[in-house]
Amino acid sequence: MERYLLTITVFLPLLGGLIILLIPKGRDELMKWVAAAAAGLAFLVSLWLLGPFEMGSAGMQLQERYLWIPGIGINYHLGVDGLSLPLLIMTALLSLLSVVYSWRIEMRLKEYLFLFLLLETGTLGVFVALDFFLFFVFWEITLVPMYLLIGIWGGPRREYAAIKFFLYTLVGSLAMLLAIMLLYFNAEPRTFGILELIQQQPLARVPALAALAFWGFFLSFAIKVPMWPFHTWLPDAHVEAPTAGSVILAAVLLKMGTYGFVRISLPMLPETFKLFAFPIAILALIGIIYGALVAMAQTDLKKLVAYSSVNHMGYVMLGVSAAAAAVGVPEKAHAATIALNGAVFEMIAHGIITGALFLIVGVIYDYRAHTRGVAEFGGLGARLPLYTGVTMMAMLASLGLPGLMGFVAEFLIFVGSFGVFPELTALAVTGVIFSAAMFLWTIQRIFLGPLNPKWAELPDLDRREVISLAPLAALMLAFGVYPRPLLDMINVAMTSLVAVLR
Amino acid sequence: MRDLAWLIPLFPLVAYGLITAFGRRLPGAGSYVAVAGIGLSALLSIGIFVEMLLGAPPVEMTVRWMLLGGSPLELGFRVDHLTTIMLLVVTVVGSMIFTYSIGYMHGDPRFPRFFAHLSLFAASMLLLVLADNLLFLYAGWELVGLCSYLLIGFYFEKASAARASIKAFLTTRVGDFFMFLGILIFFFTLGTFRFEEIFGRVREGALAGGTIGGIPLLTLAAVLIFGGAVGKSAQVPLHTWLPDAMEGPTPVSALIHAATMVAAGVYLVARTYTMFFDWPASGVLHGSAALQTVAYVGGVTALMAATIAVVQDDIKRVLAYSTISQLGLMMLGLGVLGYTAGMFHLMTHAFFKALLFLGAGSVIHAMHTNDIKAMGGLARAMPSTYWTFLIGTLALAGVPPFAGFWSKDEILLEAFHRNPGLFVMAALTSFLTAFYMLRVIFYTFMGTLRSHDAHPHESPPVMTRPLWVLAGFSAVIGLVGAPFLGSPIHKFLHFEGVAAVPFSAGLALVSTAIAGTGILAAAVVYRWGLVPSSALRRVAGPLHTLVVRKYYFDEFYALAFVRPTLWIARSLRVFDVYVIDLLVNLIGFGVVALARLYRVFDLYVVDGAVNLVGWTVKALGGTLRYIQTGRAQNYLLAIALGVIVIVAAGLLR
Repeated sequence: MERYLLTITVFLPLLGGLIILLIPKGRDELMKWVAAAAAGLAFLVSLWLLGPFEMGSAGMQLQERYLWIPGIGINYHLGVDGLSLPLLIMTALLSLLSVVYSWRIEMRLKEYLFLFLLLETGTLGVFVALDFFLFFVFWEITLVPMYLLIGIWGGPRREYAAIKFFLYTLVGSLAMLLAIMLLYFNAEPRTFGILELIQQQPLARVPALAALAFWGFFLSFAIKVPMWPFHTWLPDAHVEAPTAGSVILAAVLLKMGTYGFVRISLPMLPETFKLFAFPIAILALIGIIYGALVAMAQTDLKKLVAYSSVNHMGYVMLGVSAAAAAVGVPEKAHAATIALNGAVFEMIAHGIITGALFLIVGVIYDYRAHTRGVAEFGGLGARLPLYTGVTMMAMLASLGLPGLMGFVAEFLIFVGSFGVFPELTALAVTGVIFSAAMFLWTIQRIFLGPLNPKWAELPDLDRREVISLAPLAALMLAFGVYPRPLLDMINVAMTSLVAVLR
Repeated sequence: MRDLAWLIPLFPLVAYGLITAFGRRLPGAGSYVAVAGIGLSALLSIGIFVEMLLGAPPVEMTVRWMLLGGSPLELGFRVDHLTTIMLLVVTVVGSMIFTYSIGYMHGDPRFPRFFAHLSLFAASMLLLVLADNLLFLYAGWELVGLCSYLLIGFYFEKASAARASIKAFLTTRVGDFFMFLGILIFFFTLGTFRFEEIFGRVREGALAGGTIGGIPLLTLAAVLIFGGAVGKSAQVPLHTWLPDAMEGPTPVSALIHAATMVAAGVYLVARTYTMFFDWPASGVLHGSAALQTVAYVGGVTALMAATIAVVQDDIKRVLAYSTISQLGLMMLGLGVLGYTAGMFHLMTHAFFKALLFLGAGSVIHAMHTNDIKAMGGLARAMPSTYWTFLIGTLALAGVPPFAGFWSKDEILLEAFHRNPGLFVMAALTSFLTAFYMLRVIFYTFMGTLRSHDAHPHESPPVMTRPLWVLAGFSAVIGLVGAPFLGSPIHKFLHFEGVAAVPFSAGLALVSTAIAGTGILAAAVVYRWGLVPSSALRRVAGPLHTLVVRKYYFDEFYALAFVRPTLWIARSLRVFDVYVIDLLVNLIGFGVVALARLYRVFDLYVVDGAVNLVGWTVKALGGTLRYIQTGRAQNYLLAIALGVIVIVAAGLLR
């Protein structure tokens, strides 16, 4: 059983989706329960992974490897380490919570649940695939259900947003395919194995090709992150996507980009990444400040949260590019390790916090006020104490208040990248002021001031909403106060990564 | 008992958790739990204080908070003499204010929440005080900022309260930004957050060599850390949030915005005092550029805020500007090497300023207005409030033997010996302090009631008893610095390597005279009316306007920072949609247009060529069809002709 745990985790949601397809129309409750069971089991199995997973050891664990298309060196190869396991568990958790949140979906329920579970399988697969072919397949699988989720269950401009999302990311995918091919055809023996390619460094002696491959990956990952200036698909996709789609988009799909940078770009093309680390850090810095400022000017709550993601993913990329700039410089290895720890911790923190924020927007928009205009609220604090409390907690976590998860992440990123890019980091820290201004102003406009009489009858959170938000709030606090359990896992993986780069 | 110090922040934290979870179901709707939490902390703090007084050495306790690469990050708490004094101030003053709040907040719809926030504040403040490292200190620092934000905005239905809360959080965060950079420099160069390790390395001259932009690294780092103190302790130029913070309930103003949180900046400078010296090889310490910065910022703040306090009519705002001014005085003291003097004044100020705020709260509770010009003659209606307020005023004005006299005298003394310019500023501040405080006394408690629809009455005992306790402290706490008792405070708390200036009876007389002159001047104007205040206003003219407009700081910030930021934010939003996204869409449309072009090309060129081939073949076939007749003779004839042609070709070659 233990040998197949990863496969089980990845494909359980898909299995649930297929069962749902067989359920006759009209049995809505049954479909929902099957979906919840599939997502729940996947989450439980992902937690089970923590048992056999050895915290202290650095390499890939729980590997599964079978020949798939031996003629051209393609294997079915899965594995986890301290980088992917937290992301895997987070993905499973957020997918489960999103299914719970989606309970009230009525339109084309069967397709919705199937697509959602297919999406979950794709995202889980991306984080455990260790073969480029497999990785690419999972990467592309995530596109289609998300496209349909936005395009069918989305808001008024859903078609535009869906096509934009699909095409934009597809362009990136093609660039990645080119980069993969470059690596494949220069490898000896030819292989799609990610670990083998890292070992071989096939492009180490051909800088021009290495640069080409690097920018191929870069385009693909940077669009996904999204880094400035490739970010404009994000606000559109978020605004139009249904709530659960937004949650997965922000919490999981964006992480695929940063995960790619850490898992692939950094170890596979370290010298090239180092060469371009500074301009990439500049893009990250622009993303940090630009994201916070543009978020401040938004009047649509969902767009505001979307732009705050641009800001936060900028922090992640600052940490990653600082680590890249430290490649081959032993005295900066410690700073690089801290920066990478922070970047990966921020991936998880952003997933949990922004996941919660999108659920929070959904709560007010989907079933209550049916508007997301920040200026149309006011004084809700007196009317909805529970909702106000959760929202403030998530926003405070997002602006980096100590004691909550976001602080640990930002703190580590700043501490680490300050050792590599002191000036850029000093500028990046100003982003903290802007994001504080942005969130506090938002809180003020929605919750403070006199109660807008229009909302005098709004009900507070119901039980299902509490169930989908409470675990996220608890995690924000727990890992904010005592980050060690999570950080120890990440640290082992990042320490060994930096050791390889040295 | 010192090993139990970690319990001190935990008690209020547990109280916070309980009140948040159970609220009104708790005894006293949560208030008793909150008082019990801070009370237990106070008892433990007193125990630790007694231990330290009897000569116990400092202790540290750490946990492994995280592992970074191969190196563990050990962080924890430290109990030493400085900590002990702060613990005592926070928990004892805190207990009084918590108790008073039971009466003051009675009947408020969000009563339990108020006590939850207060408890969270106490826990955060105690974390800040006990931290043995910059990281925990920063965490506590931000959390007290959060509580301040929540409590300033406690009456959040009021738009002004909501605005004041956000202003406080953001202004202090600007200071925190600088402080954070300072922390980064220390971690980057020394690889640790722990004070003991940082101080040890600094003493060895670890940061002595480097410069950034011509500024020595250590000076820069220390001044950056001080930036945090400027924000939190409302020093110029980040002072503008504190007067607005008076939108919060009065006990909050007393606890957070007078006695404890705003004093955290002074505590920070004292805690990191080692960083502010240059540590020359000779080992003789003297004023450094970093300390000069502290002293001058403090001096300017003290004087500027004192002038503004003179023209305020809102009783809480007078006290707010007075707090800014006194915090400036403490900074000035620290800056002129008066380590003990600065901390001593922090301690006495915490008691009498908390007392004054609570007294003001009692007045406001009775009058339902903050305007001192609407009050008058309250001494008769509210005797307890009056007498305690008077004790607080005399303490603040620096009248012997009340608390403020002793501590302020020490600051004047240190300044007099190190920097005459700063001494003049401090002396002027003292004069103004006595003047504006007596102005409040005369307007509020003397003469006759000016408001006609008010029915002032004394506050309930739950409010007046804490007033008397604090008044008792305000009267006698200064004696710990009295030379005829051997100045016990100097024995308990001093900075290694810097000797305090010995007490001077002459200067004590001068400082008493300054206070006396201030009181007399106030009486001349506001009690006896010998010089009407309107005449003063006329004489001062534009200067008066300048002070009333608070030196135009708010207007300047709105013009220079707030509006440009909003403008940039809105412009970038437009830029995002109409430039970046337009480019993306243009590329998209470009591809679509190209596809259309391809379609035309496909239709007329590619497909045309294919059709042409087909058509040619067809035409060719149609023509050739006539050759295929199916008759053998025709074919034979063709073969024969062919043979002839081949043969002829062969012959001709």
